[in-house]
Amino acid sequence: MTALWITIVAVALASAAIRAAGPMLVGGRELPPGANAVVALLAPALLAALVVTETFGEDGRLVLDERAIGVAVGALALALRAPVLLAVALTALATALARAFV
Amino acid sequence: MVEGIDGNGDSHRDRRGRSEERSIDGGYLAGARAVMPFALATVVLGISFGVVAYSLGWGMVAPITFSVITFSGTAQFAVASVLGSGGGAVPAVVAAVLLNARFLPMGVAVAPSLKGGPLRRALEGQAVVDASWAMASREGGRFDREFMIGATIPQVIGWICGTVVGVLVGGVVGDVERLGLDVIFPAFYLSLLVEELRDGGRTITVVLIAAALALALVPFAPPGIPVLAACAAALLGLRGRSS
Repeated sequence: MTALWITIVAVALASAAIRAAGPMLVGGRELPPGANAVVALLAPALLAALVVTETFGEDGRLVLDERAIGVAVGALALALRAPVLLAVALTALATALARAFV
Repeated sequence: MVEGIDGNGDSHRDRRGRSEERSIDGGYLAGARAVMPFALATVVLGISFGVVAYSLGWGMVAPITFSVITFSGTAQFAVASVLGSGGGAVPAVVAAVLLNARFLPMGVAVAPSLKGGPLRRALEGQAVVDASWAMASREGGRFDREFMIGATIPQVIGWICGTVVGVLVGGVVGDVERLGLDVIFPAFYLSLLVEELRDGGRTITVVLIAAALALALVPFAPPGIPVLAACAAALLGLRGRSS
């Protein structure tokens, strides 16, 4: 149990330090003009990486499983301009159905 | 087009000051409102974390404390998976740090939009979580500080409440994956990504490169590195800017 608590406290401190580092080091200084264009593209890059790794990644391997079916259904719903919550619900439903029947 | 690169620093500050004043009422609330669907999903994810942690024999106090002081789903699930498979404290902490390393460039990006001295900025930086940060990202590389903080609070509350429910019902609920709940987050990130893609042009290129980079690295790099490295795709923003 001690190992667990050491881990919990260490991870909490590390996460806080990582989140604090950028704002503390950069402070209120404006980033150089070129950096603004990079920063504006950070969000789509991060989101794309999160989507593909959480859909196709598993324990350091690439896998094609029921998650891909679900996320594809969600993507289709979003492309057809479905509301976000509906798209997400359809994603979960499609994944659950695929796991149950495929 | 980009605020802050024109020579007149004062007018820039004025413009910013005004927009901050205007958003004091709306900003926090607007963020909190916009993030509600996410906060609900965070509750569900928190429940599954609580269930997993309880099933590993962590008891009730440890998982809840963990969620209160860390509020990072990716890091906490990583710790659960490393310790659960017999790993020690060191690999568990390393995995969590690698996964959360993306908060470093995200924190740098948001830094100029925060307020106050170093300590206050360090504190405000704690509000950086994926969904809030991405939703608060504005044109020209600026961030809506109030919107981001307002969006983070409901998610933190949802995460903690979810964890509490999860450890309480720990023994009762079975496999959360069977319900397809593990794909809630990629689906939500996808919905935010679709908004970003409406910008068209270079954004689409960056998204394709980032996705390809992340996928290519998954089999070779430690967890967390693919997502961190994929952020490098944003460097494409440097192209075509130099005159």
